[in-house]
Amino acid sequence: MDISFVILVEMLYAIASLVLISAGLAVVFGMMKVINLAHGEFMMMGGYATITAVGLGVNVFIAMLIVAPLVVGLIGLVVERLVIRHLYGRLVDTMLATWGLSLVFIGLATMIFGNTTTGISTPIPGFTVGAYQINGYNFFIIVMAVVLVIALYAVLKGTRAGLIARGTMQRSDMAAALGYSPDRIYMATFFFGSALSGLAGAILAPLVGLVPTSGGAYIAKAFITVIAGGPSLIAGLVSSATSFGLVNQIFTFAVSPVIGEVALLIAAVILLRAMPQGITSRFFKGKL
Amino acid sequence: MERSAKRDVVVTLIVSAILIAVMPMLIGTYTLTVLVIYGMLGLSLGLIWGFGGILCFGQAAFFGLGAYVYAIAAVNIGESTLPMILAVLLPGAFAAVLGAVMFYGRLTDVYLGVITLVVTLILFKFINSTAGPQYVIGDARLGGFNGIPGFQTLNVPGDSGAYIWGDAYFYVCAVALVIVFLLVTWLLRSSFGRIAIGIRENETRMALIGYDVAARKTVLFAIGAAIAGLAGALFANWAEIVTPNLFSLGQSAEIIIWCIVGGLGTRLGPIVGAAGLAYLKFLLGQQSMIDNTLIMGLVLVIFVLFLPRGLVPAVGSLWHASVGRTARRRPANRRMRRARHG
Amino acid sequence: MAETVLETAGLTMRFGGVTASDNVDFKLKARELRCLIGPNGAGKSTFFKCVTGLLTPSEGHVFMRGQEVTGWMPHQVASLGVGIKTQTPNVMDALSVHENIWLAARRFFTPVEAVARTDDVIDRLALGSIARTDLGQLAHGERQRVELGLVVVTDPWLVLLDEPAAGMSAADVDRMTGIILEMTRSAAVVIVEHDMQFIRSIAETVTVFHQGAVLMEDHVDRVMTDETVRRVYLGKKA
Repeated sequence: MDISFVILVEMLYAIASLVLISAGLAVVFGMMKVINLAHGEFMMMGGYATITAVGLGVNVFIAMLIVAPLVVGLIGLVVERLVIRHLYGRLVDTMLATWGLSLVFIGLATMIFGNTTTGISTPIPGFTVGAYQINGYNFFIIVMAVVLVIALYAVLKGTRAGLIARGTMQRSDMAAALGYSPDRIYMATFFFGSALSGLAGAILAPLVGLVPTSGGAYIAKAFITVIAGGPSLIAGLVSSATSFGLVNQIFTFAVSPVIGEVALLIAAVILLRAMPQGITSRFFKGKL
Repeated sequence: MERSAKRDVVVTLIVSAILIAVMPMLIGTYTLTVLVIYGMLGLSLGLIWGFGGILCFGQAAFFGLGAYVYAIAAVNIGESTLPMILAVLLPGAFAAVLGAVMFYGRLTDVYLGVITLVVTLILFKFINSTAGPQYVIGDARLGGFNGIPGFQTLNVPGDSGAYIWGDAYFYVCAVALVIVFLLVTWLLRSSFGRIAIGIRENETRMALIGYDVAARKTVLFAIGAAIAGLAGALFANWAEIVTPNLFSLGQSAEIIIWCIVGGLGTRLGPIVGAAGLAYLKFLLGQQSMIDNTLIMGLVLVIFVLFLPRGLVPAVGSLWHASVGRTARRRPANRRMRRARHG
Repeated sequence: MAETVLETAGLTMRFGGVTASDNVDFKLKARELRCLIGPNGAGKSTFFKCVTGLLTPSEGHVFMRGQEVTGWMPHQVASLGVGIKTQTPNVMDALSVHENIWLAARRFFTPVEAVARTDDVIDRLALGSIARTDLGQLAHGERQRVELGLVVVTDPWLVLLDEPAAGMSAADVDRMTGIILEMTRSAAVVIVEHDMQFIRSIAETVTVFHQGAVLMEDHVDRVMTDETVRRVYLGKKA
């Protein structure tokens, strides 16, 4: 009984963290068809922003939920204006340029924070279920992922900005013809996506020791979750995060965490081979 | 055409002979050796990406695989000839299987990128986790993140006591690169190479003409991997240790940067890019003012934005312009763009 | 009695709820010239793509020279000796006219023979002046002509052309009509076309598609005067 509860929490946690890791990338890819390979470094910077803010005496939740997204969102804005803007419609070139940016950010972080591991303690205490210790922070991550998905859905479905965004997603040329400047929409989207990356990085920061190269651990997972998700933003994000999270946890429990990771990656290869356009091109078609 | 092919070979041989004679006076052979090896690795990606239009984010996988195959085989066999051959064949075979899975699934562009990247990560994670004593292949302990040290390095075939090292090893690597370069040149001039370029330009059309596009891409992919495997084995001999870092994302990124900077769609570009940037990194490594990674990243961003054709084609057209010859339009420029967007 | 080189039986293609090609039975004899016409969305191109292997039909069968080729890949169909030209020009932009045609010739002939055949086709199609020019720099009509060259050079016994006259000038169309008529000496030719002017100048038997199915099949003159066909085309109410 206790063990099944623990496993359930672990499963949900694995799925939730995949959702968090991938959300920023999914928004940017879904809206702009831009793969931001510096996404992992955006998360890394979110982590550093949180730690720095906490070091300056800011409340840890404010640092995570407000400071980090703002800081990373602004960095994203600068990146969009300086680099991405010139490469719209050139998918491969954007990938290459953002890969370059990721190296730049790693280098910058190394120069500023040094090549050492830093971290903050989890702000929520753990508790025990029967004989098992559960990390209370895992619940926070699950809750945050759920809130994030609902908020994303509400914004896209319920607001005027969301309507424009969905229109642009489908036919950017038509949106432009209707008088909505794609330039500004893309700028806003990239800011929003970057802020989400920063938020995810901040929320996950207490769980991992932060080093300048931390982003590398996220980017591949985010990349495959988004690509495997396919054209529908939210349905794709949730369905592929769920599939990969489950595979990961099953193999983690059955064998070892490393095999869990490897199984996730192998599952991604198989999934992409079977459904090259992503899960939502076959299921949940036309959903958001 | 035959005559120009012969002239190409002669020019290549003369230029490389001069370079092999002169370069050791400027740069130590120990450093030169690794530049040559990186040049070969750059060429391997330049071949499949620049001429085959196959965007591989995981060329490091084949490089690392070649190095590990060599190390493991060398520990077990105690002689270097067979391990060298295996280090070429196994990565090639692995790529053939992987390529068949991808190309017969009609995967393109981004999806190819994802899968090759993921495969690299799988290898990286797996090898990294093999620190325990239960992970052995024959007499070779995989050693996890510590890697495999102390294997038999290159020897004269048949005489395991006659090691090839130092200056001699540099000459072996340099000659190997020249041979690979000539083979690639020959391949690209052959029907196979010209068909590969046709496929890069328009897959649908080539299929409608009747070519089995998937099979041909798979073969080209395997050839590229075999070259990367050879580079990996040579690297293992140079470093005298193999570690999981050979499979790292950073390594893959570097190979791509070399190709972009040097110029896709040319044979020389990736080699020049690789050797040049590796040397730059070596020089930068001796100062601590600015982080190395930062500069590599900046170089990539700047090239993608401002000089997406790369150095070699740019210098080539400058040369033609200044010499005043009516420059024959280099289709390579547009070829390269297409290779990256088509 | 000439042999049947292309036959479809009950060919059906559905996209989701839409039936783009509906139970098409089609027969083509050796060296026959056949035009497929019909309004937009009549299912001509879907039929074409199912035959060439670009799409796999939901139901039904495709036979070429008596061999079932249903579900084959395009390169397998082409390897039988079938020349295909798609709706949008499909050429290798960064390669020259000569290189383009050579690549097609090389599929069926040795390198030396391929060069000879390429030169021959370049002569026949009057492409000599642009033989060394890259396709990317050519005008639309020239690109279409080069693509016909890709088809001709392989000496096909069945030629499938999707809208070869689209976007061409009158002079270009004339020249192409000549090329196509020459092809019919050795090959059966199927042309999917919109341009009625062009159809009148070239066609004998015409198959009319409407809403995915074959509406009628007859000599061009009778088709053109047929009341139903006119209604379908002009949208007149009966």
